[in-house]
Amino acid sequence: MSDLVQVDKLRVVARAEEGAEITIVKDVSFSIPRGEVLALIGESGSGKTTIALALMGYARRGCHIEGGLIRVGDTDVTALKRKELRSLRGRRVSYVAQSAASGFDPAMKIMDQILETTRIHKTLPRQEAEAKAVDLFRALALPEPESIGSRYPHQVSGGQLQRLMAAMALITDPELVIFDEPTTALDVTTQIDVLRAFKHVVAERGITAVYVSHDLAVVAQMADQVVVLNQGEVRESGRTGQIIKAPTDDYTRQLLAAARPALRSATVELEADVPVLAVEGVSAGYGKIGRDGRPAIPILEDISLAIPRGTTLGVIGESGSGKSTLARAIAGLIPPTAGTLKLAGETLPNDMSQRTRDQFRRVQIVFQNADTALNPSHSVERILARPLAFYHGLQEQGRKQRVRELLDLVRLPATIAEQPCSRLSGGQKQRINLARALAAEPDLILCDEVTSALDTVVATAILDLLTELRRELKVSYMFISHDISTVRAVCDDVLVLYAGRKVEQGGREHFAAPPFHPYTDLLINSVPELEQGWLESAAQSRKLAPVNARGEGLCPFLERCPVRIEGKCSTEPPPWRQLALGNAVLCHHTEADLHGTASLNTARANASY
Amino acid sequence: MNTIVTLLLRRLGISLVTLLLVSAVVFLITNLLPGDPAQEMLGQAATPEVVEALREKLGLNQPAHIRYLNWLGSLLSGSPGVSLANNMPVAELVADRLPRSLMLAGTTTVVAVPFALFVGIVAAMYHGRRADSIISTAVMFVVAVPEFLVATVAVLIFAVELGWLSAVSYAPQDPTLGQFLATYALPVLTLSLVLVGQMARMTRAALIEQLQQPYIEMAVLKGASPARVVLRHALPNAVGPIANAVALSLSYLMGGVVIIEVIFNYPGIASLMVDSVTNRDFPLLQACAMLFCTGYLILVLMADTAAILSNPKLRK
Amino acid sequence: MNKLYTRLGIAGSVGLSLAGLWLLISLFGPVLAPHGPGEIVDYEVFLPMSAEHPLGTDYLGRSVISRIMDGARFTVGIAFAAALLAALMGTGLGLFSAVSGKAVDESISRLMDALLSIPNKIFALVMIAAFGSSVPLLLLITGITYTPGVYRIARALAVNINQMDYIQVARARGEGRAYLALSEVLPNMIHPMLTDFGLRFVYVVLLLSSLSFLGLGVQPPNADLGSLVRENMSGLWEGAPAIMAPAAAIASLTIGVNLFIDSLRGRD
Repeated sequence: MSDLVQVDKLRVVARAEEGAEITIVKDVSFSIPRGEVLALIGESGSGKTTIALALMGYARRGCHIEGGLIRVGDTDVTALKRKELRSLRGRRVSYVAQSAASGFDPAMKIMDQILETTRIHKTLPRQEAEAKAVDLFRALALPEPESIGSRYPHQVSGGQLQRLMAAMALITDPELVIFDEPTTALDVTTQIDVLRAFKHVVAERGITAVYVSHDLAVVAQMADQVVVLNQGEVRESGRTGQIIKAPTDDYTRQLLAAARPALRSATVELEADVPVLAVEGVSAGYGKIGRDGRPAIPILEDISLAIPRGTTLGVIGESGSGKSTLARAIAGLIPPTAGTLKLAGETLPNDMSQRTRDQFRRVQIVFQNADTALNPSHSVERILARPLAFYHGLQEQGRKQRVRELLDLVRLPATIAEQPCSRLSGGQKQRINLARALAAEPDLILCDEVTSALDTVVATAILDLLTELRRELKVSYMFISHDISTVRAVCDDVLVLYAGRKVEQGGREHFAAPPFHPYTDLLINSVPELEQGWLESAAQSRKLAPVNARGEGLCPFLERCPVRIEGKCSTEPPPWRQLALGNAVLCHHTEADLHGTASLNTARANASY
Repeated sequence: MNTIVTLLLRRLGISLVTLLLVSAVVFLITNLLPGDPAQEMLGQAATPEVVEALREKLGLNQPAHIRYLNWLGSLLSGSPGVSLANNMPVAELVADRLPRSLMLAGTTTVVAVPFALFVGIVAAMYHGRRADSIISTAVMFVVAVPEFLVATVAVLIFAVELGWLSAVSYAPQDPTLGQFLATYALPVLTLSLVLVGQMARMTRAALIEQLQQPYIEMAVLKGASPARVVLRHALPNAVGPIANAVALSLSYLMGGVVIIEVIFNYPGIASLMVDSVTNRDFPLLQACAMLFCTGYLILVLMADTAAILSNPKLRK
Repeated sequence: MNKLYTRLGIAGSVGLSLAGLWLLISLFGPVLAPHGPGEIVDYEVFLPMSAEHPLGTDYLGRSVISRIMDGARFTVGIAFAAALLAALMGTGLGLFSAVSGKAVDESISRLMDALLSIPNKIFALVMIAAFGSSVPLLLLITGITYTPGVYRIARALAVNINQMDYIQVARARGEGRAYLALSEVLPNMIHPMLTDFGLRFVYVVLLLSSLSFLGLGVQPPNADLGSLVRENMSGLWEGAPAIMAPAAAIASLTIGVNLFIDSLRGRD
């Protein structure tokens, strides 16, 4: 009886349209010894969340647990009645949801929501429960543990909310905690702190947990054993070390390969002529333009870059860094408030109504969300035919022919043309998006997080396609992403954005080893490595004292910079410093300093490339 | 705190602008007539001099925008002209009828709103189950049926068949409780029924929208009972939409009052307005229309205030 | 056809059948009616139901069933045309507003909000007092009354669609406003706007019947279903079918359409 949880031949079915039923979890079995963490890993549609929820006797609308055994302690969860289930949930098995931002009730103070669990299950009187919550806040490294509970959810950051949700799950000392993709919605630099906090409480309290994730590197840090799922079936299960070092299943190997993106080189002969796109001192934002010419909500400030013909520029940054705004400004969707855009040397009007049709044609944009980028009431044929007619004036027959060619170019069968796009899979939709951009025969394609919404295996295939197209068509890309490994894998040059400012730029080879800008350093070293023990050895982020910033144009990273120079960084704008190796940084530190300040981990990160 | 005050002031400003626009629309419509009101009032037999004198008296010789401003001024000063039908000051006619209509509308609101909220909340709590589908179907029937059908059926049952209540209502001075009930029971019952239907339907919809949010699933996974999920979590977040639903339904109340007052011969402002339409008594009609719109805008303003105050994102 | 009924469920099928029945009556009612609408068929007024007079006689001794079959075309016809008018004007304006600049959008929206804050019946009454109540005017008046309501829904829908990525893609392609509105936004609005059209139809039926009931709608010698209730009010004390039958007719029409639409919406 050392296993706390035992799941045997679990089946969950979903009711589809017209009364048909689909089995979404097929005969899944596993067990978890007390005090261990088991990871359920898989891509979308693998059934990992469904299985995790089934452990609480819960199935989402339209689904139900059809068969199998779920035992937690001595309780057969599938046999419980409504009321008994209620006393299990939150008390003996608790849940940490993927998005804490939407998982917290927006109209209730955080402390009240955390204490609600103790109230429902009558585990502790209010006073004691409150003290316990504050202890948990402290254990989870939350700032201001005494008072953070009296805020509303919207007054707390995403990473903190995620930890607060863990506190809510732990307040009743449950036997089992389910973490459902708890860091997926976070930026990497936030994720590392949250992971560390989770790992700390799990180890300290000897918690038995289920950790649901799609990210093998994260799982390697958190779990003792791993169950690999695909299409509702178990592909492989075993100890974490074995799964990542010596996988026996093909699908697991595929997942592992996709998690370590290979460097793709597109050997395009560069012609030393004017860059396809030159951005000079561009600023942009939203809202009314003030008297000083700046918008009410400035997003981008003073961005300059150049993309030589046939190359790929990677733009990397966290949410809110302004990377999508940059793409939109170039495409003309947001008029820049300052600076100039030059297309092959010719100045692009900032106001989109002034641009010529040919200028539009030469820059195409592909969005992150393939689903919402295709008009659901149009067929694939119509979507692809429009730019052909619009830019090239092709007649019906020519359009039909060209649509087939385009589908072939993105490796899709010609039969797909008549289908409405709602029938396509995520990967197929993203290929159609690419094909639509290619239909214009552009010089430059702006790829805005084009692989971020896709499963890793599908994303890898899209990256391969982009590389092939580049070789075949000599098109240039601006590749925007939050994921440094993807950017490093496909781009020639990399530009790092932070809070709307460019903080570093250089060839991709410079991003393998220091010197870096302190932010780049943090970014690179926050990406989990695919090996156990990485989290423990990764550099701890230090608690920083608040800065007293005085002056204009200061370093945007000032508040979070671990190596800032008091008195200098908080008063003087940083210089744009050209480093010997070829990359440039926006920093007060000299090149030698930057070598010294780089994290210890950089050497190890380097070794894996 | 400041943001809330700013928002509320902004709402108030918008309401005033809306009211001004409404007055312009009402004035425009009632002055678009191709014919000459003075001629029409006096008939074809009147001599041109008499017609001209009346035109002068009614201020019809002035340009439209001056007449509009004059009319607006008279509305604001509380003396919006003289009724064309019986030469009584409009203010006097209205003052006599308004309290009775307010009484009717007020009683209905007090009866209908709590009941509607109760029905809507119960339906949402049993969302997708039998109780919900029974309530929803019943509500749909009530909403889809004209008020006068509800009224005639009510009269048929309670006044004709059972003989309990009088079908013609008028409020005596200082009514006893029994008289009060006998007078108001049928009109209030009829009005409430339609109103409850509208409001319960929207309350249910607002709550069900909240019930599909992830934080509700989280509450369920904390072990909360269905009642707790709806009352402690969904309801506080649905206050805004529900307040709007209530305000919107009270617009139906305004319309419903028209039918009910006529059917039950109730001497209120709505039956006065219907008479003014029949008599083409424009000063009276305009005043009544503006009264209804003002009443409605006040209700909407109250709903907006509730929505703003209940939004935790605006709290400090 | 059988498949359609299974898809709609019992309630939806009943609704569709009721709505279809009233459509047939409004198209062929005058031809199929046993008597002419003005024909006096019995000296007895307010007769109860009988084999001879299926729904009894009215206050002048006319055949109630014949008058209902004749009146339905006014109710259904005016309401259908008015709902269509409101749908076309509201959708057109809403779409235009959503793809236009901020100033145009704000001014149209403000005006529509003002119109919305005039309760429907009051708005219709003011217009009737000013313009009169011939059949074409009633159609126009009820249509205009519901335009702001349609506008609000259409605009909200169009604004939502306008923020979708596929619109951004089309804008970045350099497409003009007309193309964006008609080819990219409008096709995605049609389905919800059709549902809204059905509901508006019900609203117009109710409004029109109420106006006629007040004696301010369809004028004699014509009579819609609401007028039939009004003219027989004196039979209320006898519980005559002459008053209940037309009222029930309106209810079966509106409930039928509502049931049908509800079952369609449930599937979305």
